[in-house]
Amino acid sequence: MKHTASASGIILFLLCISPVFSLVGAPKVVHSERSLYRNILVTEEYSRRCLQFSVKRDQRSQSCINLNYPKQMVFSYTKMMMASLLLNSTPKRILIIGLGGGTLPMALSQLLPESEITAVEIDAAVVKVAEDFFRFRKSKSVVVEVQDARVFGKRAALKKLKYDLIMLDAYNGDYIPEHLLTREYLEECKKLLSDNGVLVANTFSISRLYHYESATYAAVFRNMFNLKSNTSSNRIIIASMQNLPSLQEMQETAKALKARLKPYDIPIHRYPKRLNSRPDWDTNTEPLTDQYSPANLLNAR
Amino acid sequence: MRQLTICTLAFTGGFVIMSIELLGGRILSPYFGSSVYVWGSIITVFMLSLSAGYLIGGRLSLYKPSIRRFATLFFVAGVLLYPLVHYGEELMRFVFERIEDPRYGSLTAALLMFLPPTIVLGMISPYSVSLLVTDVSKSGSIAGYLYFISTLGSAIGTLLTSFYLVLWFDIDFILTGLTGILLVCAALAATLHWGEE
Repeated sequence: MKHTASASGIILFLLCISPVFSLVGAPKVVHSERSLYRNILVTEEYSRRCLQFSVKRDQRSQSCINLNYPKQMVFSYTKMMMASLLLNSTPKRILIIGLGGGTLPMALSQLLPESEITAVEIDAAVVKVAEDFFRFRKSKSVVVEVQDARVFGKRAALKKLKYDLIMLDAYNGDYIPEHLLTREYLEECKKLLSDNGVLVANTFSISRLYHYESATYAAVFRNMFNLKSNTSSNRIIIASMQNLPSLQEMQETAKALKARLKPYDIPIHRYPKRLNSRPDWDTNTEPLTDQYSPANLLNAR
Repeated sequence: MRQLTICTLAFTGGFVIMSIELLGGRILSPYFGSSVYVWGSIITVFMLSLSAGYLIGGRLSLYKPSIRRFATLFFVAGVLLYPLVHYGEELMRFVFERIEDPRYGSLTAALLMFLPPTIVLGMISPYSVSLLVTDVSKSGSIAGYLYFISTLGSAIGTLLTSFYLVLWFDIDFILTGLTGILLVCAALAATLHWGEE
């Protein structure tokens, strides 16, 4: 009886103080839902609205927009992915794997109005949230396919579709779709690239997976750049079907793009010097394959 | 000795079933993705196969249950499992090119690939019961013990495959290893049969 009384006292105390804790430093949750694949959370703090795929407070956001300056890209990795324009500044057909808040397709459709963009997203709920909360808009030139990216890629290859730019952005957060990080998948992507096609991927760079992931891309693409963030652990891989451009060529392209990319806060002029084609991973590492792809286990170590 | 061997074989049967089921997701994902319906297809096919296997295994045990036939079950399961290593990819491509909807594509591929070996693996449990029951009044307790042993095998097969085997080996290597385990089980049962003769 005494135990029950003290336990109820503790519970009452916790109930009283919990609102205090939840108010301290916590962004406001403006939308939350449980989709077929994940918990989707839209949070807002000051002028920043973010998409999260977990209820954990320390979870890295998938996508954010600045409500006062919606064109501005918030994350350095999103900006860095636009460095792919240094290798092909006028892609006509663009394929984006992983929609998130729709930052990349929106920016690209504004920058390259002539382009046809296809975004592939496995979760229909994410598409709706991107439209409702992140100003993402489908249009004649921005199409969303709700399906698994591997299935989409295989079907696209059967239809002999080609893309000038493929952006792989499906690996954010806690979970990596392992079938999208294998040599065979990248080979399927390579088949979808046009003669001067470019593939850019947002990757992991801190765990043991770094070596495996790098080895996998290197096994498929002979010509590739690494672009690392100065401020975060992000690493972007940019691979090309053509020979890699020289520093001078990229600097000239950056100069031409600089003014157009300014509203998006993309420091394109800084990227040419940071693009590195020298392997900085253990080159003895075997690539990940459909047969061996424990990406999540390797990332957890 | 007889009891221990039969229990070990029932345990191994459970282990192999769940190890294959877990690898099933991996095997199908390059063609059908890793969406929730792919897992739906796999689980459906395994449940269907096991229910058919329990029924057939139970019926089979009515006709002179013998260790020799028990050994044959493991041998046949191994023989039906191994082709996945060599023909799985072609079979999935065949289905992928003909069925556009990945739900029915994954269901068809899972049926073609996993139904035959899993039906035979499902026959092991009821057949083990008939081999161990000598006194009808204890049949419930023996059946319960065998469910315990084979389901424990399934739990360990699931854990070991998902935590470690996929980190250590290729999928084909694991499938070959599981085939090898089934053939060793067949040999073990055959040895027991000859010992009893």
